[in-house]
Amino acid sequence: MAFRNYILVCGGTACESSRADQIYKNLIEECKAQGVAEEVQVVKTGCFGFCEQGPIVKILPEDSFYVKVKPEDAKELVSEHIIKGREVTRLLYDKESSRKNAKVEDIKFYQKQFRIVLRNCGFIDPENIDEYIAREGYQALEKALFEMTSEDIIEELKTAGLRGRGGAGFPTWMKWNFSRQAEGAIKYVVCNADEGDPGAYMDRSTLEGDPHSVLEAMTICGKAIGASQGFIYIRAEYPLAIHRLEVAMKQAREYGLLGENILGSGFNFDIEIRLGAGAFVCGEETALLQSIEGKRGMPQPRPPFPAVKGLWGKPTVINNVETWANIPVIITKGGNWFSKIGTADSKGTKVFALTGKIRNSGLVEVPMGTTLREIVFDIGGGIANDKKFKAVQTGGPSGGVITEENLDTPIDFGSLVRIGSMMGSGGMIVMDEDDCIVDVAKFYLNFTVDESCGKCAPCRIGGRSLCNILEKITAGNGTLQDLDTLETIGEAMKKGSLCALGQTAPNPVLSTVKHFKEEYMAHIVDKTCPSGTCKKLVSYSINAEKCIGCTACARKCPVAAISGEKKQVHIIDQATCIKCGVCMETCKFGAVEIH
Amino acid sequence: MSDANKVTFSPQLVTFIKEWKSKPGNLIMVLHKVQQEIGYISREAADEVAQMLDVPLATIWGVVTFYHFFKLTKPGKHNIQVCMGTACYLKGGQAIIDELDKQLKLQVGEVTKDGNFSLEAVRCVGCCGLAPVMTVGGEVFGKVTKDQVAGIIAKFS
Repeated sequence: MAFRNYILVCGGTACESSRADQIYKNLIEECKAQGVAEEVQVVKTGCFGFCEQGPIVKILPEDSFYVKVKPEDAKELVSEHIIKGREVTRLLYDKESSRKNAKVEDIKFYQKQFRIVLRNCGFIDPENIDEYIAREGYQALEKALFEMTSEDIIEELKTAGLRGRGGAGFPTWMKWNFSRQAEGAIKYVVCNADEGDPGAYMDRSTLEGDPHSVLEAMTICGKAIGASQGFIYIRAEYPLAIHRLEVAMKQAREYGLLGENILGSGFNFDIEIRLGAGAFVCGEETALLQSIEGKRGMPQPRPPFPAVKGLWGKPTVINNVETWANIPVIITKGGNWFSKIGTADSKGTKVFALTGKIRNSGLVEVPMGTTLREIVFDIGGGIANDKKFKAVQTGGPSGGVITEENLDTPIDFGSLVRIGSMMGSGGMIVMDEDDCIVDVAKFYLNFTVDESCGKCAPCRIGGRSLCNILEKITAGNGTLQDLDTLETIGEAMKKGSLCALGQTAPNPVLSTVKHFKEEYMAHIVDKTCPSGTCKKLVSYSINAEKCIGCTACARKCPVAAISGEKKQVHIIDQATCIKCGVCMETCKFGAVEIH
Repeated sequence: MSDANKVTFSPQLVTFIKEWKSKPGNLIMVLHKVQQEIGYISREAADEVAQMLDVPLATIWGVVTFYHFFKLTKPGKHNIQVCMGTACYLKGGQAIIDELDKQLKLQVGEVTKDGNFSLEAVRCVGCCGLAPVMTVGGEVFGKVTKDQVAGIIAKFS
């Protein structure tokens, strides 16, 4: 039955936490109360990507895009939009424009995006398999099972030129081919959903918004390499994604799309969920396999590669969520179609989690070859609060910073490495002039030191040493020799560490030293922190010309370091001051200054 | 081990462990279920799991201490998590932790004297668009400012 209107409510984690679930329930209640329940379908979808403006509600067929919706708005949306046919202007994203150009594709945030991986996120109810099927879902599986041989499937991936989206960019077809050719009756297919990169949530949103795409792809891989068992290794911190996967697996089994004798083809394949337990290193494939085996997640030397000798010693294909989500489209539309998108080096699209000091935070999917400037300024809307752009960090704790001069580089796997960073899994953190680059490097190093499994010395000891030096520099005790030492240790870690965690851990330090040497010099030589972040290097003082003696700062100071009579200029006692900055926040006259 | 500390697993948990006993790679899944039921992995619970799965206690302790997700001490009635992922860090995650310390005299990894709150600094919770983020008992609060902290904890006091 067709409905007159469809109301799509974002059910991604960010919108859910802003009470999207209540909005969804209220909309259903209101439709009943106002007598239109038969004509309107309310759907809870996956992430729309525009998290900055959440919770988001979209009404079809008008394509009205409502933002920052509250549960109490449900009544008005139904009575005005559904019943009277008038848009609720105050909730529209673009309040100025007329109905005609308020459409989703006219919103700048979406204009330069091209959605393959996120094709269904925000369009379908992820807990209803029929909606996935209605959008060409499981057609690829049918094609793979009945019209293609194992070789055909792998050949299609080769033509497509798909490279792994987990970070390293290894050609997917090669992995599959190694496993296909490996001897053995038992083989495994694994989905890496251990998204540990802080500041990234692409995989979470894909699983929450379109879980079937991953199940379908894994089943296709099972057919291609001759495996009958798959595992999804997912962070325990992602309860909603786990729930939606469980629902999807149950529905797929009921439809004969998972389990024994899939679609009557005689092919058997099933999938189990295994939970991670908060270890970043388990994103590394050999460590991940150890964890699925129930052990401490310690990386193993490669070769042998998991494609030949993986889970319980059997050939195992491991791909990341985003890689999987590309595969059904490649099989349906063909490798040729896919290979036309992107650059010579990297085909297809890439999903980025655009966060930090950016106006439009959210999840964006762009063709490879899009420039950083387009992502940050056109899609992201530039820097929040009109501050000055400083750098973009890609690749998380394994990547580096990219500065203004490289903003016009078309992004692909190769170009990012050439400018000293890396693709990584897709975290893209924007920094502004208020962020201290040395502090950011220290943040990432603290992270990798904490997450190092401790197995090999270069990572365990090298990381700690880098961290200690950065600590020294941010405390104002750095020397010029320290800069050389940072580079020496960093290079040694790159060469000597067992796995990618240790090999890439120095990148945030090395790339910031390279691009922001003057900022390091300021900390070391001038003993100042230009952005005022490093507490030990700043001091607060009161500008006598601006202070009116209101006593507000003195009353708020937690250590009573500020003295002065009413209506007299106040003074901060530097020996007592703990540099908490409360006085600066409190002063309404801008009299407290930071040096 | 005194009898006072002895843990009793619910019948559902016992059934779950028996179901998983024969599956390879069961340990982490079992530990998740145990933590879900009693809130953390106590030494006694680990002993019990060792017996039921027939795995050395040292192996279990090795796994429990390797992974951040497994807790060794009992959390407060309401567990507060402050996200310290990159986006939240840049947007003031530390200021929230400092404010919680001020309000509740509660430091990361500790529990308040009345046992009502515990505090963890966690890696990315995956809501970077809402940075900075804190969660209390699983409920997510986004774009938190220092001034909102008192109001949020008051809801749970």
